[in-house]
Amino acid sequence: MANRLLSALITPLVGENPITLQILGICSALAVTTTLDTALVMSAAVTCVLALSGASISAIRRFLPRSVRIIVQITIIASFVIIVDLVLKAFAYEISLRLSVFVGLIVTNCIILARAEGFAMHNGILASTLDGIGNGLGYALILVVVGSIRELFGHGTLLDIQIFWTTAKGGGFEPVQLMLLPPSAFFIIGCIIWFIRTRRPEQVDKSEFQIRREAQEEAR
Amino acid sequence: MNEALDLLLRSVFINNLALSFFLGMCTFLAVSKRLDTALGVGLAITCVQTVTVPINNLIYAYILAPGALAWAGLPELDLSFLSLIAFIGVIAAMVQILEMLLEYRVPRLYRALGIFLPLITVNCAILGGTLFMVERAYTFTESVIYGFGTGVGWALAIVLLAAIRERLKYSDIPDGLQGLGMSFMVVGLISLGFMAFSGLG
Repeated sequence: MANRLLSALITPLVGENPITLQILGICSALAVTTTLDTALVMSAAVTCVLALSGASISAIRRFLPRSVRIIVQITIIASFVIIVDLVLKAFAYEISLRLSVFVGLIVTNCIILARAEGFAMHNGILASTLDGIGNGLGYALILVVVGSIRELFGHGTLLDIQIFWTTAKGGGFEPVQLMLLPPSAFFIIGCIIWFIRTRRPEQVDKSEFQIRREAQEEAR
Repeated sequence: MNEALDLLLRSVFINNLALSFFLGMCTFLAVSKRLDTALGVGLAITCVQTVTVPINNLIYAYILAPGALAWAGLPELDLSFLSLIAFIGVIAAMVQILEMLLEYRVPRLYRALGIFLPLITVNCAILGGTLFMVERAYTFTESVIYGFGTGVGWALAIVLLAAIRERLKYSDIPDGLQGLGMSFMVVGLISLGFMAFSGLG
């Protein structure tokens, strides 16, 4: 039992990472990672909503008629998102402005609905909470990696602490403007997926067509 | 007239929801394996977006915004904290209505869209369009143009990606990059191409 609970917490970190394997919650992962602090706040918000909604949906799972379950789940998730949004506006107003619409978009973040539908509907409260936290941490892991790379090379800073002295400040580092633009997020996540799948070949998508060996030889 | 055209161009190309705000990415990557399904989903998103953004605009302007209930004699009421739930409710209802309408009036399109129609409810491009509309305080006319433009832009992006992915099936890609990894790279390149439109506005 303890083993199962532990695995609910740990497998989503790399083994079944929501972003790189389940293709869930990519929108926000790409949009809030221009700097590390927005990535951290966003991960915390998503983890909270995941854990709370997992626990409460799991608590009422026996009383939910199948036909209206999606509406009920969305309403529960939306209520938690509103709470998180208000808390952020109260205690971290400046960051909540920079996250703009993406806090509200946690409602339609597919990680949360997918975990509610796929895990919390069939498991106990404790397991669902841990699964929520685990998936939140898996999401956070990718966000933090992407956020640090983009902030470090785009601004030369980490959490606003100067790491590389940029040319504007008299140092020798020219900030890479591309890192602050949308395309770089796609490239970085693509490379992370490449890295994880090279280490763990069982995650690789099967190709639909096998290229003939002779054709490859000929091409060379 | 000029401003309307400007807003339309901006929402289709420069502020493309999929490529520069990363909205609707899950659907974007999951259903872009074939060109015809991508076209269907793009069409459905355009329909839903064109309807929901203006409706949510009216709801926000006359019910939810601070002081919006002045017409009902309640000028100091501020219901804006309910906006997320209200918007998602409107979107779910609109998708349901659209589904019924299509089923009776255009059964061919309904069958072609299949499972993707109900899934649009949880597509962040739709909710994102509405939230951007609120944040930028568009008027009703602007919201119609914005809804239509963002829908078309999203459809354009997914059709482009699907066309490229159909060709990718036949190419020789390193093992770890096969499938999802390569799709990310391709979307990155398309997005890089769309950056060139940013001088257009």
